[in-house]
Amino acid sequence: MIHSLFLINNAGDLFLEKHWKSVISRSVCDYFFEAREKAVEPDNVPPVIRTPHHYLINIYREKIFFVSVIQTEVPPLFVIEFLHRVAETFQDYFGECSESTIKDNVVIVYELLEEMLDNGFPLATESNILKELIRPPTILRSMVNTITGSSNVGETLPTGQLSTIPWRRAGVKYTNNEAYFDVVEEIDAILDKSGTTVFAEIQGVIDACVKLSGMPDLTLSFMNPRLLDDVSFHPCVRYKRWESERVISFVPPDGNFQLMSYHISAQNLVAIPVYVKQNISFFETGSSGRLDITVGPKQTMGKTVEGLVVTVHMPKVVLSANLNATQGTYNYDPVTKILVWDIGKLNPQKLPNLKGSLSLQSGAPKPEENPSLNIDLKIQQLAISGLKVNRLDMYGEKYKPFKGVKYVTKAGKFQFIRSAIFLSDKSYRIATLCTISLIF
Amino acid sequence: MQKLLQLPVNAVNIVKGVQGVTQGQEEALSPVLTPDSGPQNWYSAVQPEELRHLRSGGTEDRSALEEGLNSVQTQPLRHDDLKEMLDSNKDSLKLEAMKRIVAMIARGKNASDLFPAVVKNVACKNIEVKKLVYVYLVRYAEEQQDLALLSISTFQRGLKDPNQLIRASALRVLSSIRVTIIVPIMMLAIKEAASDMSPYVRKTAAHAIPKLHSLDPEQKDQLIEVIEKLLADKTTLVAGSVVMAFEEVCPDRIDLIHKNYRKLCNLLIDVEEWGQVVIINMLTRYARTQFLNPNINESLLEENSEKAFYASDDEEEEDKKAEPATLAKRKPYVMDPDHRLLLRNTKPLLQSRNAAVVMAVAQLYFHLAPKAEVGIIAKALVRLMRSHSEVQYVVLQNVATMSIKRRGMFEPYLKSFYIRSTDPTQIKVLKLEVLTNLANETNISTILREFQTYIKSMDKDFVAASIQAIGRCATNIGEVRDTCLNGLVQLLSNRDELVVAESVVVIKKLLQMQPEQHSDIIKHMAKLIDNIQVPMARASILWLIGEYCEHVPKIAPDVLRKMAKSFTNEEDIVKLQIINLAAKLYLTNSKQSKLLTQYVLNLAKYDQNYDIRDRARFIRQLIVPTDKSGALSKYAKKLFLALKPAPVLESPFKDRDHFQLGSLSHLLNAKAAGYQELPNWPESAPDPSVRNVEIPDWSKCSSRKDRKEKKVEKPFYSDSEGESGPTESADSESDSGSGSASASGSDESGSGSESEESGEETESDEEEEDEEEEKKKRKKLDKTKAKKQCIINFDQFDMNKITSVFSQTLAPSGSIKMYELLHRIKGEGLAVEYCFSRQPFSPEPNMVAVQIQFTNNTNSETKNLHIEDPRLQSGMRIREFAEIDVLAAGESVTVVMGIDFCDSTQAANFQLCTHTRKFFVSIQPPVGELMTPAFLTENDFKKEQGKLMGMNEILEKLTLGEKCVNEHVIVERVTATANLSRVPCGSDKECRFAGKTVSSGCLVLVTVTTKEGGGAQLTVNCEKMLIGTMLVKDILQALSQ
Repeated sequence: MIHSLFLINNAGDLFLEKHWKSVISRSVCDYFFEAREKAVEPDNVPPVIRTPHHYLINIYREKIFFVSVIQTEVPPLFVIEFLHRVAETFQDYFGECSESTIKDNVVIVYELLEEMLDNGFPLATESNILKELIRPPTILRSMVNTITGSSNVGETLPTGQLSTIPWRRAGVKYTNNEAYFDVVEEIDAILDKSGTTVFAEIQGVIDACVKLSGMPDLTLSFMNPRLLDDVSFHPCVRYKRWESERVISFVPPDGNFQLMSYHISAQNLVAIPVYVKQNISFFETGSSGRLDITVGPKQTMGKTVEGLVVTVHMPKVVLSANLNATQGTYNYDPVTKILVWDIGKLNPQKLPNLKGSLSLQSGAPKPEENPSLNIDLKIQQLAISGLKVNRLDMYGEKYKPFKGVKYVTKAGKFQFIRSAIFLSDKSYRIATLCTISLIF
Repeated sequence: MQKLLQLPVNAVNIVKGVQGVTQGQEEALSPVLTPDSGPQNWYSAVQPEELRHLRSGGTEDRSALEEGLNSVQTQPLRHDDLKEMLDSNKDSLKLEAMKRIVAMIARGKNASDLFPAVVKNVACKNIEVKKLVYVYLVRYAEEQQDLALLSISTFQRGLKDPNQLIRASALRVLSSIRVTIIVPIMMLAIKEAASDMSPYVRKTAAHAIPKLHSLDPEQKDQLIEVIEKLLADKTTLVAGSVVMAFEEVCPDRIDLIHKNYRKLCNLLIDVEEWGQVVIINMLTRYARTQFLNPNINESLLEENSEKAFYASDDEEEEDKKAEPATLAKRKPYVMDPDHRLLLRNTKPLLQSRNAAVVMAVAQLYFHLAPKAEVGIIAKALVRLMRSHSEVQYVVLQNVATMSIKRRGMFEPYLKSFYIRSTDPTQIKVLKLEVLTNLANETNISTILREFQTYIKSMDKDFVAASIQAIGRCATNIGEVRDTCLNGLVQLLSNRDELVVAESVVVIKKLLQMQPEQHSDIIKHMAKLIDNIQVPMARASILWLIGEYCEHVPKIAPDVLRKMAKSFTNEEDIVKLQIINLAAKLYLTNSKQSKLLTQYVLNLAKYDQNYDIRDRARFIRQLIVPTDKSGALSKYAKKLFLALKPAPVLESPFKDRDHFQLGSLSHLLNAKAAGYQELPNWPESAPDPSVRNVEIPDWSKCSSRKDRKEKKVEKPFYSDSEGESGPTESADSESDSGSGSASASGSDESGSGSESEESGEETESDEEEEDEEEEKKKRKKLDKTKAKKQCIINFDQFDMNKITSVFSQTLAPSGSIKMYELLHRIKGEGLAVEYCFSRQPFSPEPNMVAVQIQFTNNTNSETKNLHIEDPRLQSGMRIREFAEIDVLAAGESVTVVMGIDFCDSTQAANFQLCTHTRKFFVSIQPPVGELMTPAFLTENDFKKEQGKLMGMNEILEKLTLGEKCVNEHVIVERVTATANLSRVPCGSDKECRFAGKTVSSGCLVLVTVTTKEGGGAQLTVNCEKMLIGTMLVKDILQALSQ
């Protein structure tokens, strides 16, 4: 299956290689470099590259290309999914998955890769098992390690690998038993110039932080499970019970994990929290243009809109922008032609406005298209779809879990790779963030 | 390079060994070994320790060549230092050394000369050192075979360790050492491990099989034996790995699967994700050899109606019409139960978080499922499109292939394939492909509108692809051909040359289909030739003019004149078309173009390109009659002006589905090494009994031993195991039956909390949705009562029975309003009350269930309670309760009767009789009780509401009562007034409710919109205006209290 892995940074330096079968010369990457050059943008590198003797399957993440070498037939998604899992594991271990962290922790990286694949076939990809085998680095531990010479490798043997519930290690113990669930929803919408919704749908995930002793068996139910149009689960969730009863029954992994992701289809009406009045025009003569954008609240359900950012992709001929914002700051990057207006909190009494002139390349024809707008925002304490968690029951353990309500607010963690810009005149990308904490 | 450099390094080591360290350093300075002495001086001036920092810090980014040189110069120094550390007694020093060595390996530097020093530490006590030594060993064993053998004994010892994890890891490393000499040892170790007690060790053995096979293919036969043994393994841990080994070593030995087929299907859901992918792919192939094509009837039709491919609606109908006919001819198809088992057990995996698993299931359904069932995979595939762009890329490729064969399945998700300007170009192009495949008469207008916006994109490659897509839509769907053509012609005046050029090329193809009607377009294009510079476009225009020169007799010679002038400056493809144009004109209009043609041909004769010279010579011979010209010139006109068939613009993804979807080969559209062909369906089914497993054997291992084992391992997941068990075939049915029974039995006896769970679990299995809803309602109504009932396994009960059990035991709870039917004084001690239980009346669903409670307050018993002489309005009906024989003194009893009120609030009058007296009573229902909840989605609600406007809508403003402070109270009040269900709503200012009238099933929709300051608006939509009006009154009253 997966023969070798090469990590290559954006500048084209190959900074790590790992082979699971016999060694393949790094010259095989020349084919990749060739494709990379042709693609111009890193996004456009074809994920599968054919070379005379090998196939290169690569992903691009956090400015690193993970290039794997394949020799025989294998489902490409299998490899792609695995490579993403590798990147996620690095992120989980080192906080971020970047060239510098990988270089700093090269030994741990190597140990991880060694455990994750055996002869090119995935062996242990569950973070719970890996963490038992190889402890993630912390500042304290690395200091202790340098003094005492002790190691990052777990002394105990991993038990998770032996059980049929590989995602949970045995013998978990907490003094405070608690479980938190974050419901995070994102709206993807396309709106046309008049503000009508062309396309809108909601993507949601439920992230869990479960710190419970022993082997608890949890059942999570919703007030309105019918809202959920399409769901996908962590392997711990029992599919059968979802199909028959629409409850989520699972033995949770220990710690943080994504329990499920769901989709609420465009058929249900999606509330659009803000509206945008925009007027961007270019004059026929004089190589200049005018821009006027106002943002206001629409269906916010009484909550405050925060973290509002408007991004405009300007046509190539726009050289600079001289604007005046009543709230927040704006920034125009003449290289990427992106105008970013960071508004922050939306005040319904005083609507933020951005107004001013654009100067165009002289002599160039007036751009035909109207630039599209992109909006980022955040609403706390609200799941825009109306999804509500009904209750959480625990079976299988005798102890009384710690009772308490804890509100967790996370922001910006869910930067989805895919950002939603559309070809229509206006578009929104909205993330509402909501945390529902449960009392047992 | 590295190989070359290795020699001197070794040489240095040898010399050094004799001469000592200081001399070794001098040796390193020797000019013979270091061709470039500049940087080397610089290095030697630095202390080794500092050097290391320098190297790890700054020098990594240098080119490989330079690194190679540097390492030669510095390795002797540094490696000595490492060797010393490795030889020391301190684990911390060893660890530090190993870490540095591993870091070198990771950077791709050669550390092979340290082999002897490292291998000594293979038995080190420190786990991390040991692990890193393993890493090193596996990396370099192939190069240093003899030395590697030193470590083997350590692993052999490890294989006998009492700890399963140590056994496994020893086997893992041993099998990873690629040294041919140890093949017999490996073989022995694998065989032993395959029968190990621990499933983890067996899994490792399965992993070791492909390693040994690649090292020595001659061991294949022995390895197949081991695979056969491991395939029989019943643990989920082993299943994935052994199938992986099977796929690598002997994918054609399908006979090995027979006996394990059902087991694999049943285990599948519990296997780890990666194993699932491999197993599903393998089972797809297996099923293709063992079962009959479920679409056999359709596929025959498909061949016949190839022409009607793009008109699926018709096709569907045709299908239906033709089906009986074909069915009559053919033997009716019956799906093998094992085939069904596979489909059923893979379906839940569409919900996996792992894209590869979802894709594997999707391809399985695509290749194996009956046409009607394939649709379920669409939603899951569309979900994958929201994942990383690489995943999108692969999924879109597969969707593109699928959408050609089964377009209907993706049509509902059309909008999900709309292109976003941030998509990478390769994704955009693929999405375009899918959109084009999905286009049909009904959606073409939306798709074309979408395409129009794409043309404005800044991404030029994408714009070109969009124009081509429009062209393809136009050829495929006749109705829009003219619209598309007009649109494309408009694009000809676009400012962007690329757009124009691409349009020209597409228009050329379209015109070829019906050139007669479009001579004006050809003229228009002829004018363009002055401005367009893109060679492909120029060539296309010239070809068009030449081909249809009869339609533009005046313009064509003029174009040739212009072209002749600029001939020498044109690109090659344009030149070729100029020659073509000249030749065609010469044949049709030789008077005007004879000289021009001669001139062009003369120019071409001396062209630099031999293709053009060739073409000129060839054409001259053909068209210009000379003495020597042969028989061919007579046919010149036929040769050049033959009617050419219009090009078929078809998807590059057509017929790609002969590759197994989701495979690398499919993606590349070429067979990859090791690709296993997806076999065609067999003509007649092979013997299905090969999959039968002998019953005694099966029950012995699985139901007792294995099941026990499973219970220990996974106490909570056995339920899914049990549920996934059932097969239609006789033998495994017995297994699954006993399995689920024993599993649930043990669960219940296990602990109190569990029994409750399993009770709830079995409760609503496999029942219809609405029944489930009813039950939930009921449960809310009286939770404690319901709990008792839950212990009964509802599956085995007839719903009617349950309802009656419920309604008889159900005491009216506080939330339901009781009405008096007969006062105790009036009834001479017999008090009768009734309430509307809001249960569906099971014997007749369009009756309202009325629950009547008799209480005997006298001192003697009342007998023969029954109903007589009902006096009803026309249409109304009553279903009486069974006569109550005896009601003892002081006792009370509850019965249920059904009344069909015909959706009116007219009272039902009847006589209530006892053995002594008759009482005239009447039951008048509040309007709210004439309905049952209807479960709508928000969207359905909106849709239905839209249908019930005008006269059917009643609007009323009201002021909310003091207690109606929040949504919750409003919901409570409304649902208390009328038997409605809540409809989900995005806004918290609105509450929506829906119901149906019991008798006629008319929808009743209620919306309460709250406003600032206690105001509110009530909207009722109902076809029955009378009901609507009354309901408004009742709700108004309830809310303003």
